[in-house]
Amino acid sequence: MIQIKSLHKSFDGRTVLDDINFTFNNGKTNLIIGQSGSGKTVLMKCLVGLLTPEEGEVLYDNRNFITMGKKEKKTLRREMGMIFQSAALFDSLSVLENVMFPLDMFSSMTNRERVKRAQFCLDRVNLIDAQNKYPGEISGGMQKRVAIARAIALQPQYLFCDEPNSGLDPKTSLVIDELIHDITTEYNMTTVINTHDMNSVLGIGDSILFICKGHKEWEGTKDDVFGATNKRLTDFIFASDLLQEIKTEKNKG
Amino acid sequence: MFKPIAFLFRPIAKFGAYLLLMAKVLSRPERFRMYFKQYVSEMVKLGYDSIGIVLLISFFIGAVICIQIKLNIQSPWMPRMVVGYTTREIMLLEFSSSIMCLILAGKVGSNIASEIGTMRVTQQIDALDIMGVNSAAYLILPKILGLMTMIPLLVVFSIGAGIFGAFCTAWIGGVMTASDLEYGLQYNFVEWYIWCGFIKSLFFAFIIASVSAYFGYTVEGGSIAVGKASTDSVVSSSVLILFSDLILTQLLMG
Ligand SMILES: Nc1ncnc2c1ncn2[C@@H]1O[C@H](COP(=O)(O)OP(=O)(O)OP(=O)(O)O)[C@@H](O)[C@H]1O
Ligand SMILES: [Mg+2]
Repeated sequence: MIQIKSLHKSFDGRTVLDDINFTFNNGKTNLIIGQSGSGKTVLMKCLVGLLTPEEGEVLYDNRNFITMGKKEKKTLRREMGMIFQSAALFDSLSVLENVMFPLDMFSSMTNRERVKRAQFCLDRVNLIDAQNKYPGEISGGMQKRVAIARAIALQPQYLFCDEPNSGLDPKTSLVIDELIHDITTEYNMTTVINTHDMNSVLGIGDSILFICKGHKEWEGTKDDVFGATNKRLTDFIFASDLLQEIKTEKNKG
Repeated sequence: MFKPIAFLFRPIAKFGAYLLLMAKVLSRPERFRMYFKQYVSEMVKLGYDSIGIVLLISFFIGAVICIQIKLNIQSPWMPRMVVGYTTREIMLLEFSSSIMCLILAGKVGSNIASEIGTMRVTQQIDALDIMGVNSAAYLILPKILGLMTMIPLLVVFSIGAGIFGAFCTAWIGGVMTASDLEYGLQYNFVEWYIWCGFIKSLFFAFIIASVSAYFGYTVEGGSIAVGKASTDSVVSSSVLILFSDLILTQLLMG
């Protein structure tokens, strides 16, 4: 469980996040949604410590991430996995080596066990056949899946995904969404996902935080979305034609 | 608009940031084995792969210095050791350490800056940080140590190739007799000069690797920023090499 309390972040006096409070629960896929430029990535970077907020707290199971010492932070980082918008695989390493990297760095397993664990993770994302390829030789969707495998190699407690399905076709997006959702429930992780993909919102939105221009605008679950009365949320969600259709169908039925 | 104060202070701020980064680089490795693996691969990438260009350039410069001195300086009333002696001193004292490092600043420096810069813009460095790896140390330390390990070897290759080049002008070009050249090369030899070359090259290797890594590591933006970092790293490390060459030469020779 990750709690954020009155988080505030600005760049050169320009406020990007303003007084955000939210709780990301474990065993659930927590979505952060909002328009492009609304501050989703900044919020996630504040969560994982790539940016430091000016005000507010980030609590990882009641451990304050912002004020904790360097050593404690390092230990906590072992429990975190992140999937970047661009996959961010190490391009000098093969797929298998990429997944093995966190294990090589931090685990005390033998070489045999590490290879086995990495292959297990690759198998989990259905990429065992590509283990000897290099990131430049596989497709974007495959890269994302390798990134997932790398992120879960050390069995993290907390998983962060910045737009895991941007730039992917709807079918592959669906595969990745389901994969993340399955892993989350399977290992009871706290998963935080940035997205503006409506299919993801409706598919895996166990808990949704909608931010607009750096403010928390709405929170709820995927089932609440249709009943929501927040004007900004409905504008944002129902800008998509597909959803308009679903909504009318639902109203009919 | 031109802002003189900002213009003056920017280099100082950059130097401060550079020192902070170096402090981060010099920390205890998380896992020695992983660093060692990187270290070996950097030695190959930065050192071994530079041997070719060092040999090529040194060979030609050695030959050309020899010919120039023969044509322009030597005359009947000069001792016959002049050509060999001068060629040797130029190669040992300046070319094989300073000028060769300037060339390496272009080859190796731009390579380091663009590699680390690309890792920055494609968020690979963020990925390392999130895992809890000290990305600065993991990426930069093996490069600095790798280049510093290999550079004395490159100096030796450079001296050897330069002298071979000089001999080729005698053997093939017939510019002078090989025995004259040999006599000059051995005339009044000071071993300390070779050590000076090694010492200087170690400093220069540190400058090349650390400065280029700094520019790469601090890239912000996209491919244009990476290109700029690569140019900046070559310019800055070249200037720093020239400056420190001045100081080191004073200290070591004076
Ligand atoms: N390092 C930075 N320095 C200054 N401003 C920044 C920085 N990073 C982000 N911003 C600003 O913060 C705002 C929010 O950016 P952010 O990247 O969080 O948007 P986003 O919601 O992730 O958008 P997208 O869906 O397009 O990824 C933007 O207006 C951006 O200009
Ligand atoms: Mg974003």
